[in-house]
Amino acid sequence: MSILINKESRILVQGITGRSGLFHTRQCRDYGSEIVAGVTPGRGGIHIEGIPVFNTVAEAVHYTRATVSMIFVPPPAAADAVMEACDAGLELAVCITEGIPIRDMVLVRRYQEGSNTRLIGPNCPGVITPGECKLGIMPGYIHRKGKIGVVSRSGTLTYEAVKQLTDSGLGQSTCVGIGGDPIIGMKFIDVLQLFNDDPDTEGVFMIGEIGGGAEEDAAVWIRDNMNKPVAAFIAGVTAPPGKRMGHAGAIITGGKGRAEDKIRTLEECGVTVSSSPTRMGEAMLTALGV
Amino acid sequence: MNIHEYQAKEILNAYGIPVPRGRVALTSDQVERASKEMGGRCVIKAQIYAGGRGKAGGVKLVHHPEQAQEFGKELFGKRLVTPQTGPEGLKVRRILVEEAVEIAREFYLSITLDRESSRYCLIASAEGGVDIEEVARKSPDKIHMLAIDPYTALRPYQARKVALALGLTGSVCEDCVELILNLYRCCLEKDCQLVEINPLVVTRAGWLLAMDAKITFDDNAVFRHREYPDMMDYSQLDPLEINASKYDLAYIKLQGNVGCMVNGAGLAMATLDVLKEFGAEPANFLDVGGGATREKVAEAFKIILEDCDVKGVFVNIFGGIMRCDIIAQGIIEAAAEVKCLLPIVVRMDGSKVEEGKKLLLDSGLNVQCADNLGDGAERIVRMLG
Repeated sequence: MSILINKESRILVQGITGRSGLFHTRQCRDYGSEIVAGVTPGRGGIHIEGIPVFNTVAEAVHYTRATVSMIFVPPPAAADAVMEACDAGLELAVCITEGIPIRDMVLVRRYQEGSNTRLIGPNCPGVITPGECKLGIMPGYIHRKGKIGVVSRSGTLTYEAVKQLTDSGLGQSTCVGIGGDPIIGMKFIDVLQLFNDDPDTEGVFMIGEIGGGAEEDAAVWIRDNMNKPVAAFIAGVTAPPGKRMGHAGAIITGGKGRAEDKIRTLEECGVTVSSSPTRMGEAMLTALGV
Repeated sequence: MNIHEYQAKEILNAYGIPVPRGRVALTSDQVERASKEMGGRCVIKAQIYAGGRGKAGGVKLVHHPEQAQEFGKELFGKRLVTPQTGPEGLKVRRILVEEAVEIAREFYLSITLDRESSRYCLIASAEGGVDIEEVARKSPDKIHMLAIDPYTALRPYQARKVALALGLTGSVCEDCVELILNLYRCCLEKDCQLVEINPLVVTRAGWLLAMDAKITFDDNAVFRHREYPDMMDYSQLDPLEINASKYDLAYIKLQGNVGCMVNGAGLAMATLDVLKEFGAEPANFLDVGGGATREKVAEAFKIILEDCDVKGVFVNIFGGIMRCDIIAQGIIEAAAEVKCLLPIVVRMDGSKVEEGKKLLLDSGLNVQCADNLGDGAERIVRMLG
């Protein structure tokens, strides 16, 4: 088993006719993901790469029984696209788009209340269940099917971690990039909970970074609820305060969000924290007691 | 994106929030003239993109125009160092001259994003004029917080509860309710990440006044506000950072001598962490974007080398889907263009790694290729001796 997506997932791509939408649609399909529809308002009726394009998500779901959405819609219209995915009752919406205004995301999160649609992102690499389904922009070849769940706020740092896991002989059940923005859909705890309940996940690797308090919240949750070993890495031990380090959410403000505090809290809660990004694979092995 | 205090006050004023009478001066003569207008006695405030100006000597109450001019002369061109500026400080190029106000009470008021609830949050405290983080640490019970439902917006009764909690009564309390509602309207319409009034004061005469103001715009919302780029004071930013932002590169100048180019913010932070672990000091943070293109790689490389402190460069690209031979081409072209002789270590992962490595090693540059993150950091440290 796995979490969020598997080989049964039927993918619809919002923004399929854009440059990166189309590029990654091809990449995902080459990996073996089942892409059943695309949505681009005003382009309904055409086929692109043999995939039918619709004007609305509801229409696409009606005709293709799509279950999950991958969103590449540019920032000005991205919030609308996420709401439309929720409205159509999809299981999962993964929003890759970077640069959505805060005000729009506040509305999206409010709109989501009471909806059954899970949101991953925005500003994230997506989700992959190795060997079954790739729903995002990550390189498929670094992954290997296995028993480790990965959850991360980062993109390329996740690839680095996954590669180290794979090189250490540790395959992955599902890897989830929750995104680097201050307002996101599923948070660490939401994903950890799914991994905890997934019989095929035996341990979790978590990648955090400076900014906010989501890692600390996750640490306490792990201590109280998690029955599987967790290892972690926190990026930004050397980051200067007050500067936004690339990600909109990665900023130390008013002495809050520092990497040291996150690491200390995680360790206090029984998480094996890798002291260096070069030893993430080892940290996972240590946590597993191998 | 930050703006100056005087600009923040202009915006607040446009939303009906009272601010002290003031003028912006660019020369000490203008400071003197403005001081005369205010009747001699006035407050001189250096305008820089950082807080903590008072303690750094950037704010002063003066009593006559000559004294104002003198202080203006002293301030213009001076580098103010505050806990928020870094050791090199920020140069004063604009001064705000404001009427002096008799203050009865001081409060703290702001609206900012609360990540936990995914909502805007109103924060208020009767402990105004001081560092709010300090208050939060020492006496959290003195801080009132309210997460705002975006569907209903902030309601008058909610604002009233906050105003009453601050100890306001009567007509000042109702004025404060209106002020809070206006502040929320401003925060939404202007797409702010933070609007802060600290202190909000009640004058001896019984009026509310925003004595100091700070606004940070949401960088992601600039596309909705074409006026924002014109409000920027580029003299307050590092010239290299300005240049990088033109190419949509996230660049932050740091104190060390190893230039860094990495794709992806998380990996870029981790790369700085590794360099420090191996005893090297990074000269910068630079994220060329998750899917770095050849053009971006070339521009990034040039920006890194414009920093005279850089003695070597560490490139860490986890390409994944991107082709490493294309990235290598970008590095070679940029290095040739700026005639770079410095040692370079390149760590790449992705498709066509071997082709990329070969291109680099045959390029005639002083370059080594690394197999992984740790190997790369070790190599650049060794090359720098």
